[in-house]
Amino acid sequence: MKASNGLWKDRLDSQLAAQLAEEIDTFETEIELRQQDKVDEKVFAETRLRRGTYGQRYDNGQRHDGSQSQTLAFEEKYTKGPHTVWDAPGMQRIKIPYGGVNAEQLEAMADLAEEYSDGIVHITTRQDFQLHFIHIEDTPALMRRLAAVGITTREACGNSVRNICGCPFAGVCPDEAFDVTPYAHALTHFLLGHPDAQNFGRKFKPSFSGCAQHACGLAGMHDMGLIAETRDVDGQQKRGFRLVVGGGLGAVPRQAKLFDEFLPPEELLPIAQAIARVFGRHGEKKMRSRARMKFLIEKWGMEKFTEEVRKERATLKEDPRWTDYLAHVDEGSESAKQPPGELPEDAGNDPRYTHWLRTNLREQRQAGYVTVTVALPLGDLTADQTRSLADIVRQFTNDTVRTTVEQNFVIRWVSKADIPALYAALDAAGLSQPGASNILDIVTCPGTDTCKLGISSSRGLTAELRNRLAEKSFQMDQAIQNLHIKVSGCFNSCGQHHVADIGFYGVSRTFQGFKVPHFQVVLGGQWEENGGSYGLPIVAIPSKRVPDALDRITEMYLARREKDERFVAFVKRVGKGPIREVLDDLTSNAPTPEQDPNFYSDWSDPRQYSLGDIGKGECAGEVVTQYEFEMAGAERMVFGAQLQLEGGNPAQAGKDAYEAMLRSAKALVQMQYDDVSNDPEEIVEEFKERFYDTEIFFDPFAGPKFADYFFAIHDRADTPATEDTAHHTIEEAQLFVEAVHSCYNRLRSEPAAT
Amino acid sequence: MELQHVNVKIFVEGDLSVDPEQFINIFHSWTAEQSCDELLIDVADYRHVPAGPGVVLVGLQADYAMDQAQSRWGLLYNRKAPTEGSNADRFLQAFRAAATACTRLESELPGLKFSRQEFQLFINDRALAPNIPETLASCQADIATFLQSLLGHGNATFAAEPDPRRRFGVLVQTGSNFDLAQFASTA
Ligand code: SF4
Repeated sequence: MKASNGLWKDRLDSQLAAQLAEEIDTFETEIELRQQDKVDEKVFAETRLRRGTYGQRYDNGQRHDGSQSQTLAFEEKYTKGPHTVWDAPGMQRIKIPYGGVNAEQLEAMADLAEEYSDGIVHITTRQDFQLHFIHIEDTPALMRRLAAVGITTREACGNSVRNICGCPFAGVCPDEAFDVTPYAHALTHFLLGHPDAQNFGRKFKPSFSGCAQHACGLAGMHDMGLIAETRDVDGQQKRGFRLVVGGGLGAVPRQAKLFDEFLPPEELLPIAQAIARVFGRHGEKKMRSRARMKFLIEKWGMEKFTEEVRKERATLKEDPRWTDYLAHVDEGSESAKQPPGELPEDAGNDPRYTHWLRTNLREQRQAGYVTVTVALPLGDLTADQTRSLADIVRQFTNDTVRTTVEQNFVIRWVSKADIPALYAALDAAGLSQPGASNILDIVTCPGTDTCKLGISSSRGLTAELRNRLAEKSFQMDQAIQNLHIKVSGCFNSCGQHHVADIGFYGVSRTFQGFKVPHFQVVLGGQWEENGGSYGLPIVAIPSKRVPDALDRITEMYLARREKDERFVAFVKRVGKGPIREVLDDLTSNAPTPEQDPNFYSDWSDPRQYSLGDIGKGECAGEVVTQYEFEMAGAERMVFGAQLQLEGGNPAQAGKDAYEAMLRSAKALVQMQYDDVSNDPEEIVEEFKERFYDTEIFFDPFAGPKFADYFFAIHDRADTPATEDTAHHTIEEAQLFVEAVHSCYNRLRSEPAAT
Repeated sequence: MELQHVNVKIFVEGDLSVDPEQFINIFHSWTAEQSCDELLIDVADYRHVPAGPGVVLVGLQADYAMDQAQSRWGLLYNRKAPTEGSNADRFLQAFRAAATACTRLESELPGLKFSRQEFQLFINDRALAPNIPETLASCQADIATFLQSLLGHGNATFAAEPDPRRRFGVLVQTGSNFDLAQFASTA
């Protein structure tokens, strides 16, 4: 698309590392081969994904304009992958190992955002950068410009080792055991392109944390989480890692399980290699929805998984890279540019500045220095801001800054004496927003803005909540300010809603025959302790009423919390039932489309809401009343299951969740066969025959996944649930209920509102 | 020097007097109607970013945005697909597209008014047009030809973007009003 694409090759090739240049040349050739139809579209799709070149909403050439699905008049030619139009803009993910970037790289990002994207640099919840609306033919030039500043997009997406996350405070945090940076760096380079890490059925996400108590690296929700620890071994302080495996959020979240309490650094790389080989060899390949490492561990159990990895480790041929880097780990990853100092006493009394001082600064373990968090709204900054940040980083530090999993930047090694000048520089660039890591600093995935799977507008909701919260942030009680809110556009959890104090994820519901965007309210999650516990959804609220729901929850917390009680403890003590009660009326009394058409559209999007952009509609019979009645019952039962679990009765919780699945399956079956009985065998059989074998129930993206949950739970219906399995059954039941809603929505024609 | 990817930003006159949310609604309706020359794909809302792209109507061959870069609102036309002709032709094409969008917005949003004396012209491609004095020297005549055809006289002044890290471009001040609507209607 860009007239200059060829120029960048001529200009930069001699400056690039030979391997990087060759990789990009190869990718460019693959693009050409696909244009000549000499590469299969599926193969090409995985090829581009492994280079971080991703699809984006509407790239199937269809867009719902609020009343009908519109075919976008792209030129008909080759595709970028199944159902993916060649010319449709896509997203480019740029992996940033442990979030570390320098000023030159920031400047390159700014230029690329302007020239190839829409002028915005976006930071993801795994410390990557993302650029949107990119044309596939521009990607080789874009990659060359990144390579020229030492960044590769290789394995940023696809079934590969994704970005290796790491604490943005590594090396300077008072609470860390030791600086994990050199280890994260070594693992990144060891696994990048490693032949043992090329054959996965799905992605493999590692992460490093410097301590167990904070959430900076979120090690507990990764396929391979490494938490730094030191121990006294024979009178000597030794470093090691608590290694946990098989964690992950997504539709079916799992806490990572302990693999090794104290993995010595010499074993870090070989064990990672052995895990990759075992996962590559034994992980599921056909059923995408069961292909993450967590499912292999679930199938085998930890004992067998550990044994297989240990056995594999024993067979590996010694590789000098396993330990070569260890000779340099103490050299210190970063140092200060300016001498240590003290914050000048006459700091001024600008309330915004003092608020910022309170929320965005953290003491370093090195006296006289602080880290400064640059809080970004929705993880976005402009090209001009990115260049200003580069200037600031050069002026105040030794040219380094890190991205965070909360979609912010952290500037490290700031001398306290420089704080006023740094604030002034950030303020001039529009980067001095206070409230880092608190209720204002809401994390969000792209949602319906750009994601093909988005159900509700997570970014629209986040922007709205931020506006409302900002207005009252000065008067907010500290307990409320400390809350973490995270929003995902669907159950896939890219916004990490499971580990928020208050999480939201997008779903849809039908009122009076019209679809209405909703968000499930997720409570009980814990951000601390590396995402120490996962929340569960309690009720779906219409999107436009979510701000009211948030107000009610926070008001209830303020009114009823015990001294210093944290939100997660409050939810546990009070129970989800009473919290849901204060929200219940928000789920009913919907206005008609004539009374309030806004209610039927999403935030920041005036189109009448529809699911047309994620699935194709077709006509079916009308059994609205019966269906809605049954589904309301099913949702109540899933919630009841949660209350049972809370009350210490996991066996009943498991049973109730299963019953909810049966009831919603029956609701769907009744659309075609009114006389279906309550016999579980009959419901399952009818559901299978009518909706599974015909693939009518299959989710456009997740395929049979949710039905498979149902069948699996039905098969083990006689086995009493434990606390762990009940939790999973509830999650799966909730997803199945959502899938029934989606299927129902697909089957119904979409009436037009006003 | 062949210049592609021409951008034109026509500034709002005075302060923005309408709620920027309205641009979202209008751009969505333009997309539903496919009422521009380019294939329109989606609307991106960046109102949360200070001095940012504002509200962007993303198209295949070009984007339109109600842009707030450098804290000045204006209608930005960002040509993405290469076009035929001379540099002056390409400047004119971009200006016409921007002017057409401005007149439509003015008619749909009473109270909104765009400047008739000042706009920005820049090249969104650092390889084709690095922001160095040589670039200005080589295309000064093309800019003058374009302004002559736009205004019918050669009295306009233009100043180059001084920051070498920003894209090459000029701020044009015409001295007298140009007729935006008439210009747009010839598009
Ligand atoms: S959570 Fe859903 S909507 Fe959000 S980015 Fe992930 S898949 Fe897309």
